[in-house]
This record gives sequence, C-alpha cells and structure tokens, in this order.
Amino acid sequence: MAQEDFNPRILGFLCNWCCYAAADSAGVSRYQYPPNLRTIRIMCTGRLDPAFVFRGFAEGADGIFTGG
Amino acid sequence: MVEAGRSPNIKILSNTDFLKLSGKPGDFTAKLRVRPRYIDHDKCTACGMCTQYCPRHLVDGYNEGLALTRPIHIDYPQAVPASYFIDPEACLHLKHGTCKICVSACQARAIDFDQQPEEMDLKVGAVVMAPGFGRVPDSALDKYSYGKHPDVVTSLEFERLLCASGPFEGELLRLSDRQHPKNLAFIQCVGSRDLGCDNGYCSSVCCMYAIKEAMVAKEHEPEIAITIYYMDMRTQGKGFDAARARAEAMGIKFVRARVADVMPWGNQLKLTFATMDGSHYFEAYDMVVLSVGLDSPADAANLADSAGFALNDYNFCRTSTFAPLQSSQEGVLVAGAFQGPKDIPESVTQSSAAAGLVSALTKKDRGKGYVVKSYPDEQQLTDDDEVRIGVFVCHCGVNIAGVVDVPDVDQYVEGMEGVVYHAQSLYSCSQDAQEVLKQKIKEHNLNRVVIAACSPRTHEPLFQETLKDAGLNRCLIEMVNIRDQCSWVHANEPAAATSKSKDLVRMGIAKARHIKPLPEQTVPVIDKALVLGGGIAGLTAALNLAEQGYATALVEKEAQLGGHLQEARYTLRGEEVAKTLKGLIDQVNKHKNIKVFTDTELVQLNGYVGNFSSQLKSRKGKGQESTIDHGVVVVATGGREHRPEKVLDSPVKYSAKVVTQRELEQRLAGKAKNRAPGSVVMIQCAGSRGDDLGYCSKNCCNDAVKNALKIKEINPESQVIVLYRDLRTYGYAEDYYRRAREQGVLFIPYSMDNKPRLTAGGKAPKVGFYDPLLREEVNLSPDLLVLSTGIVPDDTATLSRLLKVSVNEDKFYLEAHVKLRPVELPVSGAYVCGLAHSPQPVEEIIVQAQAAAAKAAIPLVKGYVSVEPTVSSVDQSACIGCGLCEALCPYQAIRMHKDENNKRKAETVTASCKGCGICAAHCPVFAISMGGFTDEQITAQITAFGQQ
Repeated sequence: MAQEDFNPRILGFLCNWCCYAAADSAGVSRYQYPPNLRTIRIMCTGRLDPAFVFRGFAEGADGIFTGG
Repeated sequence: MVEAGRSPNIKILSNTDFLKLSGKPGDFTAKLRVRPRYIDHDKCTACGMCTQYCPRHLVDGYNEGLALTRPIHIDYPQAVPASYFIDPEACLHLKHGTCKICVSACQARAIDFDQQPEEMDLKVGAVVMAPGFGRVPDSALDKYSYGKHPDVVTSLEFERLLCASGPFEGELLRLSDRQHPKNLAFIQCVGSRDLGCDNGYCSSVCCMYAIKEAMVAKEHEPEIAITIYYMDMRTQGKGFDAARARAEAMGIKFVRARVADVMPWGNQLKLTFATMDGSHYFEAYDMVVLSVGLDSPADAANLADSAGFALNDYNFCRTSTFAPLQSSQEGVLVAGAFQGPKDIPESVTQSSAAAGLVSALTKKDRGKGYVVKSYPDEQQLTDDDEVRIGVFVCHCGVNIAGVVDVPDVDQYVEGMEGVVYHAQSLYSCSQDAQEVLKQKIKEHNLNRVVIAACSPRTHEPLFQETLKDAGLNRCLIEMVNIRDQCSWVHANEPAAATSKSKDLVRMGIAKARHIKPLPEQTVPVIDKALVLGGGIAGLTAALNLAEQGYATALVEKEAQLGGHLQEARYTLRGEEVAKTLKGLIDQVNKHKNIKVFTDTELVQLNGYVGNFSSQLKSRKGKGQESTIDHGVVVVATGGREHRPEKVLDSPVKYSAKVVTQRELEQRLAGKAKNRAPGSVVMIQCAGSRGDDLGYCSKNCCNDAVKNALKIKEINPESQVIVLYRDLRTYGYAEDYYRRAREQGVLFIPYSMDNKPRLTAGGKAPKVGFYDPLLREEVNLSPDLLVLSTGIVPDDTATLSRLLKVSVNEDKFYLEAHVKLRPVELPVSGAYVCGLAHSPQPVEEIIVQAQAAAAKAAIPLVKGYVSVEPTVSSVDQSACIGCGLCEALCPYQAIRMHKDENNKRKAETVTASCKGCGICAAHCPVFAISMGGFTDEQITAQITAFGQQ
C-alpha cells in the first residue's frame, strides 16, 4: 500500500489535565495536524482500562493513541 | 481568571482608576472612576466582527507594540471580562465624529458611544494594593542600541515573539529582515543592579526568565546558538538551579561578563564586554535580548498618595521584614511585585496571604452581603425514563462554521437514537443562546444535552450552570469539541473536518445516552485547625487562623516555641529578631483560640479534608497521648542549618576558628572583644548547590553579607573575603551587597572546576584559591573561617508517610502546583509553609505561613467542602475486598472497611477523590464506577467510533 493512500483511523484517549488541554492549546495556537484522530476525553490516563484499547481495535481503529 | 470572573462575590471593575481612599480600617470609602469602554459587555459576545470591520490601525500594546490591532479590540482571547473595548484616543468616531462602521457590524448591538465616565464610591473594609510592576527607564536601554536597531529587543518583546499568539505566531524571526536568527545573546541586569537608572535593587526574576526564554527559543530553533551574559546567575528559587543545568545541557552558553555596549555592525550587532579577569572581547550576534528588570509601577507615587501609604527608596510599597504585606497605612495591604520584584509563585503566595489578612481584619463583617445563587428544584430522573437528547451545534461565528459544514453536522444527527431535538446556534455560549437552551430543554422535555462547540475545559461550567437553571442535573451534558480540536486544527481541510465533527458528535451522543445524574455532594468540615511546628512559620499560621476566629492546635516537638529563629540575632535590614519573636510567641500563648502543645509530636493522622483525627504524644513523662479532631492541617515543621562534614572535598572540623554563618551571627551579637577578628574568609555554597546538598539554600548569601557588614561595623579594619559562585542577594538585599563592597569586603568568585582548598580544622584554618583578577593562586591563613552551609528540612520522612504526601529529591515537601497552588499539598485539606517547603528567608516564610493559613481557612469559613460529582463509587455487593484500589489510589481516596457481615470492602472517600479513575480501570471485578466516565459510557463511545 502506498504511503499516501493509507488514511488511518486513530482512536485517542486523552487525559483531561494534560493531553486534552494540550490539544486545546494546539487549537488556540492554530497548529495544523492530520484529521485522522477521534478522541475520547478521560479524567486521567489511569482510567484507561486495557479493555478499551482492545475494544478500539475491534471496532476498526488502525491505531490507538493515549496522551497523559 | 475565569473563576474570579464567574464568582458572584467578586465584582470586577476593569478600565477603572482609583482616585482616593478615605475613612478608617474596617470602614473605608474608595473613590473610583470607571472609564467607558463604549461597549455593553453584557451584550458583547466577543465574536470579533467589530475588529474585522474597524478601518483604523492601532499599535498593539498587548503584543509590546510588535503587532497591529484596531481601536476596537480585545487584548487577547482569554481576557476577563471577555468583552471588547474601544480606545477613545484612536477611534475615528470618538476623536473626529466620523466612521461608526462597528455599530452596524455588531450583530449583538453592543456598541454604545453614549457611555460616559462614571465616578463611584465603594465601601470596603480593607484594601489590597496589587498594581504589579512598571517598566525600567529608557535610559537603561539606550546604551544597548535599543530603539536604534530593531533586532535589539526587550525580554518582554521577546516573550511575545516566542508566543504562538504573538506577532509571528511563535516563529522566531528578526524584526529587521524577518529572517531566523542564527545566534542570539541575552544581556542580564538591564535596569536592575544599576545605579545609573536609580535601580540599585536586583529584580530577582530576570535570570530565571532569561533561562526559560532561551530554552523555549532553543526548542523553536534547535540550531540557534544562545549566550547569556550575566553578573551572577540568580536562580535561587525551588528547583531553579536544576533548570539552569538543563539549559546548559541544551547547549545554552553562560558567560559571566558585564556587557558595556551594543552597536550595529553590518547586518549584526556587536557586543563589547569584559570578563572577570579584566579582558575585553567583542562578539557579533543576529539578535540581542535585553533582560529588563521590574521597575515600580508608573503611578506608584499617585497611588501611595491617594491611599496614604509610604513608598521605599525605589518607589515600591514600603513594608518590613516581620510584616511583609502591611503598608504604612493600617488596613491597606500589598501583594505581588509592588511589594518588591518577585516571580509568579511568590506573587500568588502573597495574594493568598493578603486575602487571609483581609479576612482577619474584616472578620466581624464576614458573610454580610454574600451572594449564594439559588436554582430551581432538580428534575428527578430514573433509569426507566425515556432518553431525550437535545443536540446543539455551534457555529462560533466563523470559528467553526468557517471550516466545518455546521448545517450538515446538524442534519446528520437527525433520527439518531434518543435525539429528539437538534439545532444550530451562532454562539452557543452567548447570553441569548443560553436562554434558548433553557427554553428548548423545557419545550422538548430534554433530559440529556449534547453541545458540539468548544472545549469542556473552558465552557462546560457555563453550560452546566444553564442546565441547573433549567432544573436539570448538571452532569447531564456532554460537550463535543469541534472547535479547538477540529475546525481550528484542520483549517485547510473542510471536508475532513466536517467528517471528523460528525464522528465526534456521534460518539458524544452515544455517551450521552448513558449519562446519569450525579449527586452534588458536600462534606461537613470540623472548624478547627492543626498546625504542626512552632517556629516562625507555625506561629504565624496559627496566629492568623486564630485571628480569623478558628480554634487552632499548635504542636511543637521542642520544649518551647520559636524554632530555629531563636538562634538568629538580627536581620539584614538590622531589625532585632528576639524581640519580635518573643512578641509573637506571647501573642500565640495568650490567644484564646490557640492551644499550644510543646514537647509533643504527631504519631497518627487519619481522615480526610474536613474530618481529620490526629493522635498527639507528649515527649515528656509517661508520653501521654491525646486526640485532636480537625478540619485542616498546616505543615510548618521547618528546617535547620546544615552542618556538612565535608566542604568542597575537604573534611571540616567545626571549632572556635571554623564556624557556620549562624554561629558567627551569634558571636557578633555577643560582647566578646575579639568577636570580629582581623581577617575573615567566608565560603559560600559550602555544602550547597551540588557540593553536598543539591540545591541553593537562598539565605546564605544574604547571611554572609549581613555578617560581613556587622564585622565591618565592629572592626572596620578587619579584612573580610567572601568566596562565592553566584552572589544571590536578590531583591533589595542587593543594596547591602553594594554597601559591603563599598566598605571594603572583598567578593571573589570561584568555579567548581577550580574549587578553593580548605584546611578546615584545628586552630589554624587555611584557604587556598585562585583569584581571577590577580590571575594567581592565593593562600591565606585567616583568623576565622566561616562556612555558609545551607539549610536542610527537619525530618520530613515520618510526617510525609503519615500524611501520605510526597517530598522532592531534596526532602522538601512537594506542593500541589508550583505556580498556582504553592502552599497546598496534593492531599486536600493539608497545607505547607516555611522551611519544610523550601529554603527561604524569614520574610518569605512569614508570607507563606499567612498564605497557608488563608488557604486553610477556606474550608473552615465555608463549613463544608463541595466535591465534584465526577468521583468514583464502589458497588459494595460486587467488591471482593482485594484492596488493589486502595493501594493504587494516589490521593488516599479509597479506604477499606468492614461491612455488616464483617467482609472487607472498599469505599470512596468522596471528599478526597479527584476523579482520575485509576481504581475503576484496575478493579478486577468491575465493581468501581467512575461518575461521568463509566465503562458503559466509554464503551458506547468506542462502539460509536466504529459505526462510521
């Protein structure tokens, strides 16, 4: 598969206090990044049950991103 | 800022001048003049349309004049109040009676040119002066070609240049040619430590901010070469030396040299400087940053005159060591840089302390006029009720709708399970949209609301408030972030952004189907305080709490109160310590609200904020134990002078000839004839900053200067030599450093590559060191060798275990947040101040103790602590009592108990729970549910993610 054809669907779990806040400030600063990420806000990455990651893959995610 | 803006009990008067203070403490009248902003801020939605249409340019003061704005503008997007204003000096209409384009551009009809200045009288009990700092005079900048060459910028301008919201959107460019600079120089002490512009003091913060700016510049431009030219690197704060070490590791060069001048040189700038050994050098740079100091505010004299308080020699508010926030006018307090140059954590600490002092001053009026908002009764919702979701998709003017196809997203949700109503709104956060939201909730009997707009981090509280007004539980909302994390970051990909918005909205709706009302919980607070440690910090904190009206138990492990300050004799400013300390101890002993326990230690501490229970044990006699119930605890366990056995690799034997600064101080305060001998050598950082202790102890330079001056006072013939690395007499202490030099005290720097060699034992101490001015080795046999040995915290291991809080690598307590919560510990209801927090001089300890007391008083005043509803809860029937959650919880918010069948079960201490969800993620039997983030809800989101 050619690199440019691959348009992955990435599911992200973002900590409210750091990564979610950082994603907000990326927006405030108008930093541009590829639109492949769909995010779920959690209050801490400690909340991330490994089952959520498996579930994400089962639902068709090409990658899981955790930010915390 | 937003929080202050939202409080019904804080009235913010921006654009307002303070004219006159009259009356007496407890009954002041402040005369104010509110200048018109020509915009009705209740109507303004901060959409920015007016600025777009305004035809006139204006130099943007917020961006340090490096960018342009319009006469009608808002300084920056997060400004409070979030309302635009018109600069009357620049507006075409206000100046020339023309234009008025903004009036028709404003859809909210918020522009009001009829506004007039308004004078008002405000009745207040006390005043806190916090006008901040001013700019150093231009004369201090001239010699560095500032204003003559565009690539010489001040650090304030440089800060804007580095900022993403700055003139070049964070790209580091030269102002002259918009090219990336390849090398860059910082010049320290511009307008500070400079009698040429009458600023003899040190601004305290410039070294640290220069390091920060240099590091940020290096992150932006990894290839850039940065040199910082400094006199002394004054990174004396907690953890600051570590930041300097990181900067050095990044390749930032530090050169100890005073830069004489900066001259344009071709495309570059030429710096002329002299190093310590007297050699002169030239160096060319693409860009030069002047680390400007903090001056007193421009209207300081006016302010002092209007409120009737005195200024010091440098036009800052005059205060004293033992009442650092009290101006010369009773009832008028000061906080922040106006008290003296200082950084953010210290300013935050001072403002808390000032608030606490005001609270004590105005105790009798407490609660009068206090506004508590009321809400309609909450609609009860059961699991059987039909899910009725309303979806609101926001345009946010053009912020979202300019990229995302909002009508398409709105249409997309039509027919989704549970969605009974959906609509678009222009600005869903505006006042009128909130009314519409309330109305639609009632009209369609909505019981879940999905707002697809901006970030819940900024706007969820606002919508929650509206839900409460509409009689819904505030947790029945789910925000979908299609602005900050979608339209703004995919500005050039409208189709992809629209598709992402749809996915996110679908996921949000999926979660919303499962959201449940969560109870508003409050926990009652026992209105008593426990203060641990009877030194200056503990005494100050206890007295402040008692003055605010709360029963306070003060526990001291030694036989008497006073702590290590009893060993001090005089302050740098010459104030006597003993008298003040005795006065304070007497006040504490006599205070009806304070119970003093000396010779006592804490052996057990249980409970949580509002409901602590502590076990005290007497160190005398049979070791009698007593129990104290209290709502808050202030840790002020202090620290003491370090006594290293080895200094700069040489073993030390303390004797009559080898002493510490504290011992010297005591000797100098005595009556012995030879107490100030003919030759004295002081060694700075003897045991600090990587010698034995890793950190800077912040006091030793001041102590050395203080004692050197005392020696000179007693015996002007004495030769005093101070060997130092960076002399850190920050703030006004710089005056005393200068005085010491004027009186002939020799300050000679040494480096860790070439340390002084000591023979520090027996009757004849010897010192050998390299003198960079003479450029040769010097060997001395002084009459007295004085070691500036630094400060270590008193035992923090035991208490940190009892309290379950962390200490840093240097054994000082770790505060909850360095800048924003400097006196709070991570455990709710626990506060820290004094040397247990970090090494600091007595003046800062007092402020910190007052701040800790002020913070500790908050739950006591309220009588309860409210808990965010998003906390965990344990299903008692499913719990197997394994205790994993208790072990993992970082906040001690889970405890194990026995149920009626004597089975071990976990339960959440809601008052301590921070909602992180670690417990829920790890529970092997899924017995823990995280309010607002349940397994069910997150799984629904993941499933919806898959249903594209």
